Amino acid sequence: MSKLLMKGNDAIVRGAILAGCRIYFGYPITPASEIAESAARYMPRVGGTFLQAESEIASINMVYGAAGGGVRVMTASSGPGISLKQEGISYAAGSELPCVIVDIMRGGPGLGNIAPEQSDYNQVVKGGGHGNFKCPVLAPNSVQEMSDLTQLAFEIAEKYRTPVYVLADGYTGQMMEAVEFGEPFTNVPKQDWAVYGDAESKHNLISSIYLDPEELEEHNRKLQQKYENIKQNEVRVEEFMLDDAEYVVVGYGIVSRVLKTTVERLRSQGLKFGLLRPITLFPFPEKRIIELAKMAKKFLAVEMSNGQMVEDIRLAVNGSRPVEFYGRMGGVVPTAAELVERCQNLVKKEN
Amino acid sequence: MASKVLQKPASFYDTYERNPSTDKKMPHYCPGCGHGNVHKFIAEALDNYELADRTIFISPVGCSVFGYYYFDTGNIQAAHGRAPAVATGIKRAHPHSIVISYQGDGDLAAIGTAEILHAANRGENITVFFINNAIYGMTGGQMAPTTLETQKTTTTPTGRNARNEGYPVKVAELISQLEAPVYVERVALFDNKHRSRARMAVRKAIKNQADHLGFSLVEILSPCPSGWKMDPVDSLHWIKDVMMNQFPLGVYKDNTKEVEPYEAPKMQLSDEEIKQAIEIIPDTEKEFKKTEYAERYANPEIKVAGFGGQGVLLLGAALAQAGLLENYNVSWLPSYGPEMRGGTANCHVNVRNIPVGSPVVNDPTVLIALNRPSLEKFEPVVVKNGLIIYDTSLIDIEVQRDDVEVLAIPATEMADKLGNTRTANMIAMAAFAGYTGIFNRETLKETLKTAIKRKKLLAINEKAVDEGYEFGKSKRPS
Amino acid sequence: MQKKKLEKPFVKVVPELCKGCGICIEACPPEVLKFHDKFNTKGYHFAYYLGDDCRGCGVCFYACPEPEAIIVYKKGYEYEGEEVA
Ligand SMILES: Cc1ncc(C[n+]2csc(CCOP(=O)(O)OP(=O)(O)O)c2C)c(N)n1
Ligand code: SF4
Ligand code: SF4
Ligand code: SF4
Repeated sequence: MSKLLMKGNDAIVRGAILAGCRIYFGYPITPASEIAESAARYMPRVGGTFLQAESEIASINMVYGAAGGGVRVMTASSGPGISLKQEGISYAAGSELPCVIVDIMRGGPGLGNIAPEQSDYNQVVKGGGHGNFKCPVLAPNSVQEMSDLTQLAFEIAEKYRTPVYVLADGYTGQMMEAVEFGEPFTNVPKQDWAVYGDAESKHNLISSIYLDPEELEEHNRKLQQKYENIKQNEVRVEEFMLDDAEYVVVGYGIVSRVLKTTVERLRSQGLKFGLLRPITLFPFPEKRIIELAKMAKKFLAVEMSNGQMVEDIRLAVNGSRPVEFYGRMGGVVPTAAELVERCQNLVKKEN
Repeated sequence: MASKVLQKPASFYDTYERNPSTDKKMPHYCPGCGHGNVHKFIAEALDNYELADRTIFISPVGCSVFGYYYFDTGNIQAAHGRAPAVATGIKRAHPHSIVISYQGDGDLAAIGTAEILHAANRGENITVFFINNAIYGMTGGQMAPTTLETQKTTTTPTGRNARNEGYPVKVAELISQLEAPVYVERVALFDNKHRSRARMAVRKAIKNQADHLGFSLVEILSPCPSGWKMDPVDSLHWIKDVMMNQFPLGVYKDNTKEVEPYEAPKMQLSDEEIKQAIEIIPDTEKEFKKTEYAERYANPEIKVAGFGGQGVLLLGAALAQAGLLENYNVSWLPSYGPEMRGGTANCHVNVRNIPVGSPVVNDPTVLIALNRPSLEKFEPVVVKNGLIIYDTSLIDIEVQRDDVEVLAIPATEMADKLGNTRTANMIAMAAFAGYTGIFNRETLKETLKTAIKRKKLLAINEKAVDEGYEFGKSKRPS
Repeated sequence: MQKKKLEKPFVKVVPELCKGCGICIEACPPEVLKFHDKFNTKGYHFAYYLGDDCRGCGVCFYACPEPEAIIVYKKGYEYEGEEVA
């Protein structure tokens, strides 16, 4: 048996270490604490550093410092902590520092609860902090992907010099599934922009300051171009039974798994439903949605939130097809039975 | 031999190309600003110790935000108050580097109090220069945490009133109370003697880091003629006559003679060693064949519930592990957080021939209930023709429904007889397998190797599996 | 070119890099620095050396907040051409 049973949160740390990450800065919060605990256990064993910081603000700024040093570094938290990290993420985006931030979403607003929600979509996908920036966001829906997408996150971060999020929910973090790991990557390249504390790199500056308005505009244009490139190259989706779909359901993360079961059941009733699951939330698969809008009658977005991703679908569809929304909040995961009924109603309304 | 000339230290850039101003030779500070003196002391020390190449200077937010215009070192600009955290990050990434966190009083003693306190408390091997000018210079002269009582600023127009704004924060005193810092001193820039003292303190604080001694902080009472609305020379008198009364100078802590230098050991691992270290090499290479069993038990969606201490989560995890070993698609999802602390625990397990959709089990096909509240709570949601297994030793009621299969097992009594009450969970697990025939008994025993952390408990748990399995099998409907 | 050896200490204030804060003037023990009547191009009355009696003590160098407004040459300093003037 080449697979191991483990929690999503544990798989993230294994994936990160395999990707060459050797520094973790964090602060405990349910349901992300196992990530810190795993990092505390494994980072020192591979000659790395784990540090429990005094706050999420401190931890993201430690990430900022280490990322400025050109090493692979990460942090993880959940909604309330991600809110605090937004300051540092804005600075990292402005200074073009690669790093990985994991958000294991819980219920909000405020202290909310610790059950799974998807209500951080806006603060994570839309850039959260101040300024004209966005971060690539990868949304795993299985423990295997918690590891795989964490590794991918480090690659994208370094390739484009940007913070990258791995966005999952409490259940994906807490659940155990089978996972298979590859070989370690240890050859983190020396970056020509980073500061290493040596003569060669001493002329480098890590900063987000551009005093001159024209210069700052140019810097911002460069950032937008980078986001454009990311849009061109990094869109990832999973598709299920979309070829002849009349109705397209869209969901990410844990919801997409329930939706898959839902689509299977609907198909067995002869209803032509298909599933589009964005794996990257930024870049959002808008092109694919535009294509689908040409043949499908209707879209249904399902989220564990008040309807955040659905806005991106509506933007892409641009009024050409109805886009309906079904959401659960507070930590309630919709059941397949519930979603089947919703979808059946959608068809009934149509006829 | 001492140099025959005192001139601009080489650790400053020759021209300040990063300054967008047309004047690349003159720093941006106001006439008579103490930042300039401290910069000069730092640059001179880096020259003397030949450390500029290794140095990474962290510029804060405040008037010294453009520190990176001047220091010919590696440079990082940090968010307001976060310089000690940024310093921690880069120092941990590159321990051989010399990291200087340079901060004003708003930066360090207001917005960044948590960061400085904890960097100091961890004894980060960094050097902090704290410019105490009792005011917010950059934003135009507002109150700082170090503003003196009765001192007028733009936000304390009638003078700082302790009843409203509290008292000046005394950083050197505070930091020196911590265990870890090795060197804390407060100095002042107002006459030759004191500037000389300040210069020595700057040198020492940098040298300490190069010697791997730990955290050093130098607080410098420093003139801000613009913020104080004073002539530069008068501002020096004000430090001496007024400011020093509330901020006494001196060495607040010096352990540099006693502490041992410390450098974290380095590690080089092979790929195989990394995999071992992070425990991703599976325990067994063995393949376990699936069993034959009645169709109605296929693809079970299992809910396991009981008290926190009954090993409910472990029971579920063992089932999932058994499923994995026999090549099913499996998932295990626990209840977590305060829910667990409340005394009840439950978990959701899927063992399926097809990929698992939602890991959440809302309508279980199998309920394993180890206490009465669990049975009461979940009995109603078990699907029609589902299976309920419950521990009769602890549950004094019976299953009410007649549209489900029921396996009643005195698991806790059986466990007690075996000599360890805590094996009841494994007895129940094995009873499920024995009853339905869904797993091999050998597979269950294999899962114990992962599930049971204390090796001396392995044998008794294996016995538990045997007992439970036999019990379940004996009740298997023909 | 022939190197010359300085026979007595000398202090040089670079007018264009002086901000006229006066701290060096207040600090100099033998009081050999003064404000110039003229302004530099930045609009500051810069400091200047009266021309005699500098002791080469360096006090003004450390008192001056500017990196290169003041240079202090000590006795025995070897130089070429017009560096010290
Ligand atoms: C988060 C945030 N809040 C407020 C500011 C505005 N700000 C810039 S500098 C400063 C105060 C700096 O004062 P101090 O640290 O004493 O340094 P000084 O300018 O006196 O050298 C403030 C409040 C900011 N840049 N960022
Ligand atoms: S405002 Fe004060 S601290 Fe800022 S540069 Fe001017 S004198 Fe210095
Ligand atoms: S070196 Fe000493 S004596 Fe000479 S000008 Fe400077 S302070 Fe005065
Ligand atoms: S201290 Fe420096 S800046 Fe101030 S007057 Fe003297 S030379 Fe000029």
